[in-house]
Amino acid sequence: MRLPLVLLCAIATASFAAPLLAAVLGVDAQSVNLFDRVAGPSFLHPLGTDELGRDVLLRLLEGGRVSLAIGTAAALAAAALGTIIGLAAGYLGGWTDRVLMRMTDGVTALPLLPLLIVLAALDLAKLGVPRNLVQSEQISLFRIVVLATLVGWTTVARLVRGATLVTRSQDFVRAARSLGAAVPHILLRHILPNIVGPLIVATALSVGDIILLESVLSFLGLGIQPPMASWGSMLTNAQELIASAPLLAIYPGAMIFLTVISCNLLGDALHKRLDPRLGQRA
Amino acid sequence: MIRFAAIRLIEIAAMLALMSFVIYGLIGLMPGDPIDLMRSADPHASAADLARLKAIYGVDRPLVERYLAWAGAAVSGNLGYSRLFAEPVLATVLPRLVNSLLLMGSSFLLAFLLALILGIAAARRPNSRLDATVNLLSFAGISMPSFWLALLLILLFAVELGWLPASGIGAAGGGGFGDRVRHLVLPVATLSLANLGPYTRFVRAAMRDALAQDHIRTARAKGAGEIRVVIHHALRSALIPLVTILALSCGGLVSGALVTETMFAYPGMGKLVFDAVMGNDYNLALATLLLATATTMAANLVADLAYAWLDPRVSYR
Repeated sequence: MRLPLVLLCAIATASFAAPLLAAVLGVDAQSVNLFDRVAGPSFLHPLGTDELGRDVLLRLLEGGRVSLAIGTAAALAAAALGTIIGLAAGYLGGWTDRVLMRMTDGVTALPLLPLLIVLAALDLAKLGVPRNLVQSEQISLFRIVVLATLVGWTTVARLVRGATLVTRSQDFVRAARSLGAAVPHILLRHILPNIVGPLIVATALSVGDIILLESVLSFLGLGIQPPMASWGSMLTNAQELIASAPLLAIYPGAMIFLTVISCNLLGDALHKRLDPRLGQRA
Repeated sequence: MIRFAAIRLIEIAAMLALMSFVIYGLIGLMPGDPIDLMRSADPHASAADLARLKAIYGVDRPLVERYLAWAGAAVSGNLGYSRLFAEPVLATVLPRLVNSLLLMGSSFLLAFLLALILGIAAARRPNSRLDATVNLLSFAGISMPSFWLALLLILLFAVELGWLPASGIGAAGGGGFGDRVRHLVLPVATLSLANLGPYTRFVRAAMRDALAQDHIRTARAKGAGEIRVVIHHALRSALIPLVTILALSCGGLVSGALVTETMFAYPGMGKLVFDAVMGNDYNLALATLLLATATTMAANLVADLAYAWLDPRVSYR
């Protein structure tokens, strides 16, 4: 539990402090220097420069900021969507339940990456999104958060539905209902607090998956668009130089791996801590 | 049993029809339509010409009408013409489907076999050092971006050591069976390692539950040997949840194949989906995406049927 937490905090702190470091060193993650391409480590560029002479360390940290922000935002959004769907299915039951759960199974079983590639390639202008928004730099961030939310909600929905089914027939919920409490009140005040633990665990565990999804989409050229840095797209560029500058292909991948494994181990540790049945096993 | 399979087949057909409509609609929303591409070939075309072209190719008709025309042709076996490969879609797809099934099948078997060994070893001694190591390794596997793993394998075995080819499916002109296998080693290694992590976790969890059941204690008390207990008694009941979860992860196998094939320039379905989408090849993208969906659903059906075969308590009437 200790090591992944420390690692994750270190990556997050370094990533979000990167602009400060950039200001101190007087370089910036996006400044190109074609006279200083694929250079080795130096004082100004501790990890060297990439194929356009950009500082590798700063780009790694900027990529970290992007990945962590997307991972957190999409995990929260997916958890919210999953909670709503799970609560509706579990509490309302009947046809609603059947349709929603069929949908959940469907989304789980689909080959997601091929479908996400189509969604990522969509021309937003054809969907009626204003031109200036489509061309803005942040749109690729939003697009990934939306995509990850669309595919990431199923685990939480199943979890919340199961817990809701168990909780809704318990006496305190029946008491609340007989006192005339409205459905939203019962859901938010009586049912949701009982499933906060597993909900946190599922959300934490999904952060890693989402970072992996972001990196693979960016790697395929459908995620974060340049000049913004992302670990995935750094690997795309490094791929061509793999024989001459293998380190460029090592760093970003190692960052993805360390971040994702920290998230997963942390989620697992939380799971063991919060699940009373597992209690002493951890 | 036959009735059950028939109902599921109808469900799958309905689901595929629905998916085909959704995908058809989505593909129309990708940048550039066929007429845009023609215009880029002839910048002098006037607006009236373009409108006429749109009418000829039916691009100006409503979505549902166009979809029904496509679906009618598709049902009779005509999936259209691939713009990228300049041949009928079916002719492009079939050889690549075979390549993909070979890649996915061998990776699945290899990963599942290794997962069985690791998972059973870990489940037999819960909380031992071995268990902790296997657990950590499977977390490492889950957290490893598969395209990075592929890059590392290429770096080590193709660039540094020069033992194995980094891409393709065989030497030009066909280098024989051995050459074919040599080209398969790295893609299969990537795809199986990418799936080994989750599979090991599934096996470990299922075996742990299975080994904790009463009938295992009974079997031990009756003096059954350890191998018999683990394989015959525990694994048999662990396979039941495993089949379900492995079938559900089949979509993951298809996604993994897309990344692996793209990384190793392996001519399979996954790379074809990617190339078709990136190359604005509407017909090909539509057919490949549907085929990927159908493959996953077929795997789920097989799993449902295997479930009944494995678990004597389940009967489908």
